[in-house]
Order: sequence, then C-alpha cells, then structure tokens
Amino acid sequence: MARIRRPGLLVPAAALALSGCGSPQDTLDPHSPQSGDIAALWWWMLAVAGAVFLGALAMLGLAWLRRSRRGLPFFGESERATTGLVVAFGMVIPATVLVALFGVADLYLIKRTSAPAAGSSAMTVDVVGHQWFWEVRYPGTRAVTANEIHIPARTPVRVVATTADVIHSFWVPELNRKVDTIPGQRNSVLLYADEPGTYRGQCAEFCGLQHAHMGLAVVAQPRARFRAWLERQARPAAPPSAARARRGRRVFMANACSDCHTIRGTPAQGKVGPDLTHVAGRSTLAALTIPNAPRELAAWIRDPQAVKPGNRMPGLRLSPRQVGELVAYLEHLR
Amino acid sequence: MAIAVPREAGPRIERLERIWRERPGVMGWLTTTDHKRIAILYLFTSLAFFAAGGVEALLIRTQLIRPDNGLLTPSGFDQAMTMHGVTMIFLFVIPMSIGAFGNYLVPLMIGARDMAFPRLNAASYWIFLASGLFIYGGVAAGHAPTAGWFDYVPLASKQFSPDSGIDFYALGLIFNGISSTAAAINFIVTIFKLRAPGMSLNRMPLFCYAFLAVSFALVFALPALTCALLMLEADRLLGFQFFEVARGGDTILWQNLFWIFGHPEVYVIILPAFGIATSIIPTFVRRRMVAFPLVALAEILVAFIGFGVWAHHMFAVGLSQVTTIYFAAASLIIVIPSGIQLFAWITTIVTGTPRFKTPLLWIVGFIVLFIIGGLSGITFAAIPFDQQLTDTYYVVAHFHYVIFGAAVFPILGGLFYWFPKVTGRMYHERWGQASFWVTFAGMNLTFFPMHIVGLLGMPRRQYTYPPDMGWTGYNVIESIGAYVLAAGLLMVAVNLVVSCFRGARVGNDPWEGDTLEWSTSSPPPAYNYAVIPRVTSPYAMWDREDREADVENLAAGEKVLEQGHETPAVTAVDAEWDEILEMPSSSPWPPVLALAISGVFAMVILKQWIAAGVFLVAAFVVLGAWHGKEPQEA
Repeated sequence: MARIRRPGLLVPAAALALSGCGSPQDTLDPHSPQSGDIAALWWWMLAVAGAVFLGALAMLGLAWLRRSRRGLPFFGESERATTGLVVAFGMVIPATVLVALFGVADLYLIKRTSAPAAGSSAMTVDVVGHQWFWEVRYPGTRAVTANEIHIPARTPVRVVATTADVIHSFWVPELNRKVDTIPGQRNSVLLYADEPGTYRGQCAEFCGLQHAHMGLAVVAQPRARFRAWLERQARPAAPPSAARARRGRRVFMANACSDCHTIRGTPAQGKVGPDLTHVAGRSTLAALTIPNAPRELAAWIRDPQAVKPGNRMPGLRLSPRQVGELVAYLEHLR
Repeated sequence: MAIAVPREAGPRIERLERIWRERPGVMGWLTTTDHKRIAILYLFTSLAFFAAGGVEALLIRTQLIRPDNGLLTPSGFDQAMTMHGVTMIFLFVIPMSIGAFGNYLVPLMIGARDMAFPRLNAASYWIFLASGLFIYGGVAAGHAPTAGWFDYVPLASKQFSPDSGIDFYALGLIFNGISSTAAAINFIVTIFKLRAPGMSLNRMPLFCYAFLAVSFALVFALPALTCALLMLEADRLLGFQFFEVARGGDTILWQNLFWIFGHPEVYVIILPAFGIATSIIPTFVRRRMVAFPLVALAEILVAFIGFGVWAHHMFAVGLSQVTTIYFAAASLIIVIPSGIQLFAWITTIVTGTPRFKTPLLWIVGFIVLFIIGGLSGITFAAIPFDQQLTDTYYVVAHFHYVIFGAAVFPILGGLFYWFPKVTGRMYHERWGQASFWVTFAGMNLTFFPMHIVGLLGMPRRQYTYPPDMGWTGYNVIESIGAYVLAAGLLMVAVNLVVSCFRGARVGNDPWEGDTLEWSTSSPPPAYNYAVIPRVTSPYAMWDREDREADVENLAAGEKVLEQGHETPAVTAVDAEWDEILEMPSSSPWPPVLALAISGVFAMVILKQWIAAGVFLVAAFVVLGAWHGKEPQEA
C-alpha cells in the first residue's frame, strides 16, 4: 500500500522527542498502514503549523524592533496596506491551507481509516467493554477471552466494539484510531498489524473509577500460530488431574467465584467478570494491571480492592490454604 | 486628559451624588444595584472559586507527579478532575469575564449610568453566588460529582453514579444558568438601548461587540444545556428514561445537547478575552485597531458559526461519515474569523508604537498562546487525526492553551489595565512584568509537554499510570510547571492587593486610553458620568473636541440629568436620543430571590417536593415585591 511520506523538513529534535521514548502506545510509532497515515498527517500538520507559528513570532519580533517607529516596513501606515495584510494572512492564506487539509484528511485519508464494512475483512472479533475489562469473542467459534486480543498478522481484522455498561473507547494507537463503545450501537474499526508483535492499548473514554486500569493488548501472530491459539481457546477447560488443583476447583465452584466468572465445561457460568476458561494462557491480570504469575494472582484473589480499588470483584475472605488451591486450579487453566 | 469640573457645575454634581447614593456598609453591598459594585462582588467571588479550582488542579498534578502515586484515591481524583472543570468554566472564567469585566466596563464604555435592568443585574450575581455555594455545599457534604465536566451518560445515570454528586452538579448548573441567562439578556438590552447618544453601532468599541456576541451566544446555547440537565435529573430523580438505551432512550442525545451548548460555550469563554485584547492593544500601541469593521464582523461570526460545529467533539462515537465531514468543514471555516482577529491584533501592534507595559505583555503572551492553541485546534478538524488523539492529553493541552492562554491571560492583562480605573492607584510595574514571565513560563511548562504525552498515547482523566509507559518525565515537568504557574498567579495577587493600599495615586487617565471610561474619575462616581458624553467615533477618549464639549455641557447644565435617577435611552442602531429612563434604585429583593431559589434546589435534591413547591411560590412572591418602590425613592 502506498503511504504518505513524512515531510523532509522536519525539525530533528521534535522527531527525537516524540518517537524515541519507547512508549508502547506511541501514536507516532505506527505498525499499520492506518496509524502510519495518521502519523504522516501529523508530521505534515506540524511542519505547516510550525511555519505559521514562526511567521507570527517573526511579526511580533518586528513589532519589538520597530517599537518606536510607526507603520509597516515598505508599506507604511495606509489603511489599504494594513487591511490587506489582515486579509492576506488572516483569510487568504489560512483558507488555502485549510482547503488542502480538508481534502487530504477529510476526503482522502478518512476512507483509509474509516469503519470497515461487514464482510470486507478476513475475520471479525467482537470486543465488549466492561467496567473495567475487555471481553473478547471470536464469532463463529466458542472462543471467549479477556483483555488480550490475538489476531493474525498482515491480515485485516474487523473489530466490532460494543459495551456492557457505560461508554468506553477501544484504542490501540500503534494500529489504528480509536472508536467509542456506545450502548445500543455496534461500532467497528479495522486492525491490521504489519508484523507479529504485541501492541498495547487502553480505554480512552472516561468510564469511572478504574478507567486508568483498563488496558488491552493486541497480539499479532503468524497465521498458523494464531489458528492454533484460537482452536485451543475454543475448547472447554480440561478437568484438573493434580489433587491440589482439584481442591481448588471445588473452592471455585463452592464460593462466589462461579457466580461472576465463566469456566466453560464446568457449572461456573457467571457473566459479571472475565471468562476464565483459559486464564493461565494470558500474560496479565485485571486488564494489564498486574502480571499473571502465581504470587500476583494470589494477592489479587486475597484482596482485589487493594490492587484495583473500586473494581467489581469482592475479597472473599478465603483461608491461605484455599487461596493456594485456587491459584493451583487457575494456573492449570491453560 | 482629565476633565476639569467647572465651578458652576458644583451644585449639579452634589445633586447627582445625592440621587445616586446607596446605603452605607454591608447593607449597601447587599442591596446594591450599581453595576460597578456588582462587578466587584463578581470579581471577588469568582477569584475565590478560581482559588478552589486552582487547588483542585494542584491536587491533580501532584497525584500525577509520579506513576502509581497514592496521594488521591481514584474517587478523590475523579472528584478533583470534575470539580476543576466545573469550577473553572462555570464559576470562574464566565462570571469573571462577563460578571466582573462586562458589568464594570460595558456601561462605562457606552457612556451609560448603569445596566438596563439594575435589579436583575444584582439578582444575576446573587443567583451565581448561591449556585456556586450549592455545588460546593455538595462537595463539603461529601457529594462531589465524579463523571467529568461533560458528564456523559450512562456513567452519570443513577445506575452507575448512585451518589447525589451528579444531582448537585446538574441542579447547580441549571441554577447557574438562570444567572447567566439573566446577565446575557441584560447586556443585550443595555448595549442596544443605553449607548450614549451618537454612539451608533459602527462607533461602538470592539469590547462591546464581543460582549454583544457572547450574550447572544449564551441566550441561545444555555437552553440546550438546561434541557439536557433537566432530562438527566428526570431520569435520576423521577425514573424517566431519556438516556436509557434498554428502555428506548439514547445516550448520544446527551452528547449532542451537551455540545450544542458546550461548543458555543468555548466562544463565550474566549470572546470577552478577545474584547479585552482589542481594548488594551490600541491604548498601548497608540493607534486605532487595524481593519476595525472586519474585526467587529469576525467577533459576531465566531459566535454564530460556533453553533454549527458541536459534533467535532464526537468524532469517535460512530457518527455517519457524511456527518463528520460536514462538522469538520464547519470547524475549519471558524478558523477564518479567528485568523482575522489574530492578524488584526498583530498588524496593529506592528504598525503602532508599542509600550511593552504589563497589560500589553499579557496580551502579547495571549497572542502567542492563542496561536499554539488555535493551531492544535485545527488538527482536530482532520478527522482521522482527531479520532486518534481525542480523549488524550493532547486535547488537554489544546484546550488549556485556549482557555488558560487565550481567556485567562487577557483577563489578567485586563486586571492590570483597569486596576487604576477601579482603585485610583497604580500597580507595581516591575513586579507586574515579573509575574507575567513567571506565569508564562509556568503555563508552558505545565501544558506544552501534554501535547507530547498525548501523542505518546496517554489518555486524559486517568488517576494514575504505570511506570513503564514512557510518560513519567513529561508528567514530572507538568507538575513542576503547575507549581511555577501557581507562584506566578500568587505574585499577581500580592501585587494587586498591596497596590490597593500602597500604590501611587493616579488621575482619570493614566494610560492615555482610547475609550470613554478613562474620561471619568478613578474610581468612577456612582452615576459614572456627570454629563452624558458626546460620541463621534469608537475611540471616544481620543476625540478631544468631544471631551471638551462635555465640559462645556456640564458648565451649561446640559445633558446632566440631575432631576432624577435617570439615564438616556437611544434607538438601537443609530443611537439617536429616544427617551429618558428612570432607573430603579437599590433593593434588598435580589438576594432574597436568590435565597428562595436556593431553597427550591435544596429541597429538590432532598426530594422534599412540597417544600420545594413552597420555596418556588416564595420566589414568585419575591418577584412581585421586587417591583415595589424603595423608601428612598418616595
């Protein structure tokens, strides 16, 4: 795909300041044609805006240098000259630049980042925003997961973003622009990753207490590995064989855990929290808040309000032994 | 040039003094209808709210000074963030620019003796004060709103925000809207009817054009907000379902209504500041504004086109592509009138002979900041870029350059410019300039890095952030900047307060100013002008013959109107002498009205419907009593 190139007259320092910082959500470190176009648009706008800004500063500098002399250099003080200057700089030049910007951004580029039509992409992923995590479904399969969206690399994927409660905004800056999740509406956005990798995103529309901890990761994989991953996700959970994990399963089913979480293939069919069928396969917990490791998992179960205050999961006052068993069970859900 | 009072005029002046005198002491302030005293009440009240909003800003910046900071709880942060926005917009900038600057200066600049409806003017102030206390009363009682200043549903619905903080917000803003609507109507009538005879519309100062435009914008924009808030409260208190999707409601309806108000509101915030800039520049560059008719037209056009751009706040909600393209085009068109004003200011400064004193420094700072904020604003009309950067710190940077840079800087410049007029004393020039540089540095340190951190993907309104996002350094600079900014503002405050008592005394016209207010004494008498001024251009103070004619009129007793509490009214366009209006005198009823309305809102929030009805009836009784004559008039 042909991409718009960055203008060559960039201030190098600006480029360094903006793209050399290693932020995982850098809008100027694009990994898709869509984000690439938007970033190029930014650099062009910055270059033109910089020229305008410096021009205006130069005029103010001129005012300082000529503070004791009346009139303009060359043109003097005539009404025609001064009004002409206002008309030229305030109307004609901006109008020209704005028409160009409108054409490039709002008539041409908008098509390249606009919502993909149903059926126009290789596959569709349904993402449902919840306070405060992302539910991820793969239509046509039984796979349900949370916060980590696997997609095949170099393949157009249509994400349909909806909400289970309030307005959120689905945003993975390095892949594409954002789209809000609106109650009663099915908005969509195209994801296309140039190469395999993990791309961070997060909720961009203020959605309450834990808006700050509503991250998501898009994991772009080579096609074959993606297919294997999806197949595993679609399967129900395997029953645990180790005694400790079996005890953990009983703890899960006997306590409130199963009222809120689903583990496919078990009686647990709760709909409030994320689907845990293959939770051990995910690398983070609580929407990218903490790493998914036994110690962090145990701390989370013991006191979820300490980790992510205000989230919907209550502390269940389980004994340390029960927590250990529960962790053993959940760790087994690969 | 000061106006000498001819000896023959002595008895007439005495008579004016007696007729226009108000009660002494606290009762005088409670019952005042003098637009200047009301302006001073507005000034101190809005400054108090500015301090509260500033403390909230410092809390936010201190919380974000390092990743995973625990200074504020998530709810504490959301309260500070919401109240900061609500306070700065509704309780500081608008009452400061319209209530304080507009009230003090519009009647003076047009040569009137008061606003058209002096008691309504007092009521606007008391209702504003009461609405501010109502909202902060909720905060003090532990019920602060937490859904952000634009309060999107369904987050703001009873289901997701069961606490009554949202009710304090919604009812408080309806309450506040009464005040703004009354003030706007008052300005429209005052500007059209009370101009000095001879001040036809084309001879009216640009400052007054800005206030005319703002008043019309308020009158048409506020109903949308009031409707939205009433619907929200009907949902929350009475179980309606305007915004409940599951029962046939619509959440986008809230966003449309809010921004139909919210975008014109942006121009309501900055147009008065533009008016201040067009007052300060001619005086300090000793030349008339370049392209005067274009600038007047641009001020009106901005307010008008501002009504057609609201959906650019909603490009990520999934509107149809045609809709977004239309709103992007409209948003680009509004750049043109802003460009005209900007280059008119710059060209005027270049062609004049500027004296870079404190007021002009704030205005030059404003121009620089407004260019940055304007340019970053244009980038939002590029739809794909808007959809990428909306709801990030890039937006926060943009609107602080516009609101703090383009509205608050001129307000600060205006405080210095008119300080000698209001107090009769001069501020300290050196400290004034120093405070400008500190504030300017603090402003840029605080808000410039927000552009970068937004481009690096930091969403707004998050109470904390992880350490490994590459955002920490920028946040540290921003937080330090916030403290520098606060120090700069503190310097302004100390300078002005000390100068109130210790500043050198000044005459009528220390700046050789261009507009009428400089022809009267500093501070002006209660009746503003002993003689109704003659006006033949928008730079009335620079028309020497006219000012000399005023003195002759005073000596001859012409156009003095010392027979009663009176001011002349003119025809709306050509300003030909129409009639003499008898102005109402001071009255205790405006603050009582505000009390009665407070009762209504307090009872609604407590769901005491009968008591609310009683207070509502009481409010109407007060409105009836308000028309009665006061003893001093008999």
